[in-house]
Amino acid sequence: MAMEQILELLQREAQLTPKQLAVMLNETEDNVAKAMEQYEREGVILGYQALVNWERAQTPKASALIELRVTPKKDTGFDEIAGRIMNFPEVESVYLMSGGYDLAVTVTGRTMQDVAMFVQKRLATIDGVLSTATHFVLTKYKDGGVIFQNEYEEIDERGSNLCD
Amino acid sequence: MIEYDKLVNSTVRQIKPSGIRRFFDIAHEMEDVISLSVGEPDFHTPWHIREAGIESLEKGRTRYTPNRGFIQLRQEVARFFSRHYGVEYHPENQVLVTVGGSEAIDLCVRSLVNPGEQVLIPQPSFVCYVPIVQMAGGQPVIIETGPENGFKLTAAQLEAKITEKTKLLILPFPNNPTGAVMSRQELGEIAQVVKRRNLLVLSDEIYAALTYSQAGHTAFSALPGMAERTVVVNGFSKAHSMTGWRLGYALGPKEIISLMTKLHQFAIMSAPTTSQYAAIEALKNGDEDIAYMRGQYDMRRRLIVDGLNQMGLRCFQPEGAFYAFPSIKSTGLTSEEFCEKLIYSKRVAVVPGDAFGACGQGFVRISYCYSTKHITEALERIQRFLQEL
Repeated sequence: MAMEQILELLQREAQLTPKQLAVMLNETEDNVAKAMEQYEREGVILGYQALVNWERAQTPKASALIELRVTPKKDTGFDEIAGRIMNFPEVESVYLMSGGYDLAVTVTGRTMQDVAMFVQKRLATIDGVLSTATHFVLTKYKDGGVIFQNEYEEIDERGSNLCD
Repeated sequence: MIEYDKLVNSTVRQIKPSGIRRFFDIAHEMEDVISLSVGEPDFHTPWHIREAGIESLEKGRTRYTPNRGFIQLRQEVARFFSRHYGVEYHPENQVLVTVGGSEAIDLCVRSLVNPGEQVLIPQPSFVCYVPIVQMAGGQPVIIETGPENGFKLTAAQLEAKITEKTKLLILPFPNNPTGAVMSRQELGEIAQVVKRRNLLVLSDEIYAALTYSQAGHTAFSALPGMAERTVVVNGFSKAHSMTGWRLGYALGPKEIISLMTKLHQFAIMSAPTTSQYAAIEALKNGDEDIAYMRGQYDMRRRLIVDGLNQMGLRCFQPEGAFYAFPSIKSTGLTSEEFCEKLIYSKRVAVVPGDAFGACGQGFVRISYCYSTKHITEALERIQRFLQEL
């Protein structure tokens, strides 16, 4: 459906207004607004966030990817334990994975120490967690489809050509 | 003191520099300028294409290629043209790989035009046609197009400019700077005149892939009887975002292509090898990139045309390339005054329409090779500029 394009556009640039989207997609503003409302209602669009490069901010943050091996519950499988984990505000994402471990959890804290303490005290101690392996993020090169790193930074060097 | 002015080639000396230069110079010296002036894509060359270039370097493929370009590339060019535009060319002798579309234009004009012969050039158009014709000793004859015909060339306009000295018609569609596209039917009317008056045609279709109309692009050589009279110029710069790789090609009758190859082999030898490897990948696996980028440009096109019309700069609907060409006549300013005031007061750079021919007076060229955010900011600044006039 053509309206799905709204999702692609907003994922890259959440600040686009319904009016702009309507013009870009050759739709009426009303239709776009309705589609957005529907996506929000159905939980397709969950929010409109800024993509922050914390390394550049004055208060940097540390983050880590934690591999968890867990014992699934008889009735609820992995859902229950995932539910417990995702309620911590320190937890940024929780994925159920195929392969060598079960849950991939990304955790953010003020310092690496904070993250390590959180894993030890909160995650490792949850009933059903068999083991944890913590991998700290050293540098983010790309996140959410956006390139973060300095040397790959966009420089618009166009315009020197006179003939184009 | 050597008086160079008296020693150097007088034709070259007398060629006027491009009118776009001054605005780039101003824009370059100012800070916080938002530019809508460039004529090249903002997308990087798709990564798989760059990788193919890198891989060729890693393998040490750094030698000359055959004069006409690698046969694999010429085969892919022929397939691409057949697949997209339904015209068949023989890779062996009807395809020449050049250093950008511009070289192909230069070779074609020099191969066809004898001194004193006339070349018909519809304007507004690409700034290089006139000097290239002058350098070949030809006589440029301008055909002025306007908004009343959507900046398209009509058969009547063409007919009116033909003399016994006319050799060649340059067809610059999809058009830089207006974004005008000619339909198959409109081209058919031109073709009839071309046939009746025995003209040759240089069809500069470098923006072919960026055609937004339902019907898509029609190659001039696809029209009955036109392949034998037409050299089609195309390339990788706009369609595949490969401007810096400097790679284009010409397609045409083998007799003309072989003359062009003769000039090319003495002046250039062969087009850049790394670029040719990358281009093979672009043609083999790049159709989706083209479709994606065209989709993005199309959305920006609607955004910018709507924005300009809303603020009272009347803008006809461009159907190709990546430019809008609004009229600024409502401001009472000349194109140059408009651009100069705009850049000094609001720091937005656009290009005066008369840089592309006298009939571009009263218009400006606005490029939408920019992110929607950039376009939105620029439009807001232009609107404030108009309100303060």
